[in-house]
Amino acid sequence: MLRKLLIGTALASGLAFAAHAEDVKEVQMLHWWTSGGEAAALNVLKGDLAKEGYAWKDVPVAGGGGDAAMTALKAMVAAGNYPTASQMLGYTVLDYAAAGVMGDLTETAKKEGWDKSVPAALQKFSVYEGKWVAAPVNVHSVNWLWINKAVMDKIGGTEPKTFDDFVALLDKAKAAGVIPLALGGQNWQEATMFDSVVLSTGGPEFYKKAFNDLDDASLKSDTMKKSFDNLAKLVTYVDPNFSGRDWNLATAMVIKGDALVQVMGDWAKGEFHAANKTPGTDFLCYRFPGTDGSVIYNSDMFGMFNVPDDRKAAQVALATATLSKSFQSAFNVVKGSVPARTDVPDTDFDACGKKGIADLKAANEGGTLFGSLAQGYGAPPAVANAYKDVVSKFVHGQIKTSDEAVTELVKAIDDAK
Amino acid sequence: MSTVATSQIKLTPEHARPRASVRSRLQDALPKIVLAPSFAITIVFVYGFILWTIYLSFTNSKTFPSYVLTGSRAYQRLWGWTFDTDPPSSWYTSITNMGIFGFLYIAICLALGLFLAILLDQKIRGEGVLRPIYLYPMALSFIVTGVAWKWFLDPGLGLEQTLHQWGWTSFHFDWIKNKDFVIYTVVIAGVWQASGFIMAMFLAGLRGIDGEIMKAAQIDGATTFQLYRRIVIPLLRPIFLSAFIVLAHLAIKSYDLVVALTSGGPGGSAWLPSNFMYEYTFKRNEMAVGSASAVIMLMTIVAIIVPYLYSELREKPR
Repeated sequence: MLRKLLIGTALASGLAFAAHAEDVKEVQMLHWWTSGGEAAALNVLKGDLAKEGYAWKDVPVAGGGGDAAMTALKAMVAAGNYPTASQMLGYTVLDYAAAGVMGDLTETAKKEGWDKSVPAALQKFSVYEGKWVAAPVNVHSVNWLWINKAVMDKIGGTEPKTFDDFVALLDKAKAAGVIPLALGGQNWQEATMFDSVVLSTGGPEFYKKAFNDLDDASLKSDTMKKSFDNLAKLVTYVDPNFSGRDWNLATAMVIKGDALVQVMGDWAKGEFHAANKTPGTDFLCYRFPGTDGSVIYNSDMFGMFNVPDDRKAAQVALATATLSKSFQSAFNVVKGSVPARTDVPDTDFDACGKKGIADLKAANEGGTLFGSLAQGYGAPPAVANAYKDVVSKFVHGQIKTSDEAVTELVKAIDDAK
Repeated sequence: MSTVATSQIKLTPEHARPRASVRSRLQDALPKIVLAPSFAITIVFVYGFILWTIYLSFTNSKTFPSYVLTGSRAYQRLWGWTFDTDPPSSWYTSITNMGIFGFLYIAICLALGLFLAILLDQKIRGEGVLRPIYLYPMALSFIVTGVAWKWFLDPGLGLEQTLHQWGWTSFHFDWIKNKDFVIYTVVIAGVWQASGFIMAMFLAGLRGIDGEIMKAAQIDGATTFQLYRRIVIPLLRPIFLSAFIVLAHLAIKSYDLVVALTSGGPGGSAWLPSNFMYEYTFKRNEMAVGSASAVIMLMTIVAIIVPYLYSELREKPR
């Protein structure tokens, strides 16, 4: 703890020094998109801003989940040195907004028509007390199946439409000697898969009540028990060595044909692209069986801080560029996600991307666009992590029955609320 | 020593001149001036932050520190979790793991370190080559140790896979994937890293033992076992103290080893209290609970180390 604080303070003072030396025609950005594809996607934005004469200054903190970046950001904000913007997820934006350190982009939002084009579910996180505080960059969706087409053809499988279909398909793969389900046994991956299982088992209404409204009755209902039973069923199809595996290694198993399918968010598509695979011919993307028509989302946002007046112009330029249709298209084609506004043409996207865009639009209009609890868009981090604990302990056997799992889930969520 | 020297100088008449007195006063103050910055930094960044953490543990701090005292709810929650054994709460897992890891890590490192040191002390050839081989793991960071052992212990990549390829297909070693055994893999990696260093400490101790005592014992007819049991090991007592303190603090701060080796283990089964503290403070935005767990860690260390130090250091003047 003390060492972390010490490092944080040192970091903050270092950044403070850098901040004072900066020019006003500069955008200072804290993010953790440092890996190949993500960094390339971000270069598009850098290029757009350079055209308008704004220099880009990275404050990159490596690390996929952004924990390290959030720790650094906490120290920066505590020291009163805000970056122009920071990559942020879900409730973090609202936490910082409640702390009164976020800027106000409402004017820009009005001018650019964000109110109409950004899905209402996303605005829950980008608008705080009527003020726009963040610019959503993309929408990821987690209820996807990623299937190796060659393996699928070999075992003669077809698109599963219900959970039972899915189990039958997994059985076929097992019989053919392929690992049926590629899963990384880390708590967020297990919980991400469980999001889809709950939506499939209980339907959209149930998912919303249980995982967005945290309704006690739904959380301890028989439907939730059934969902845990279904999860247990799926876990019987993973290889014995799954525990602790990273998500991209699980994706690689599908790419190589060692495994049939992975249940993962659409960032997995980036891995397929990196391996030069095309949707439709090399791999297939289906919605998790029984969840077609609904979208469980998470989204990357650029949180905009309350910077001094001489830096506000740069911030507005950044926000405008972020939500411009051209950038939304170019960025999300590379990143594997779909645009955060529903009026972006889908011409440049591949088949999976086109389906993702259409699904998002339909879900937004039909009211079936729900935040992912595992990805921190269903409830605040304390609750989301308590949920991940319970799911992971259930998968790895510390919690032995679905009865016990439901009791623990209610207890853990109540405790964290 | 220096104060004695300067006070003697002051007595001599030629140093009564003002210029020299300024100089000598400066000399007097110099150690204090030099030490002041590090002293101030230690006061603020160690003891100041300890107090700050204690204060935060009695607030309702979530994402950001809050300074409104709200009582001991964080401690009550931790206390409740301490008895949540089935299914085990994360806190229960963390403290039982700390017990298992702390005990085994310190005990095995001491035993293995002493054993290796005694073997190396037999005036064998090639000692100069062997010693650094054992010592070098200490030069690696916990992260490197963790990643290397993660690969080595992974049933699909490392030891098990290799032995299967060599034909021993019944070999089975999946502790790192097993919720009940994963903490022991942390012990293995930790012991591998630190036992060489402990060996070096014991070796230095052994070299410091007067050869005359050994000879006297041998003349009196002591067997080698008796020699070590009755004479050498008791003489190494101060080394045991130093080694214990080094190992105890390494054990407490093994956060990075757990993360690199197991990423928390299946269902969080490899957590140590330091992992718990980081998770709750920075990932779950429950700073008060995180601070409370840090305070409990500190109290535990104090409760173990202080009596031990007291008993060891008090006997010295005897």
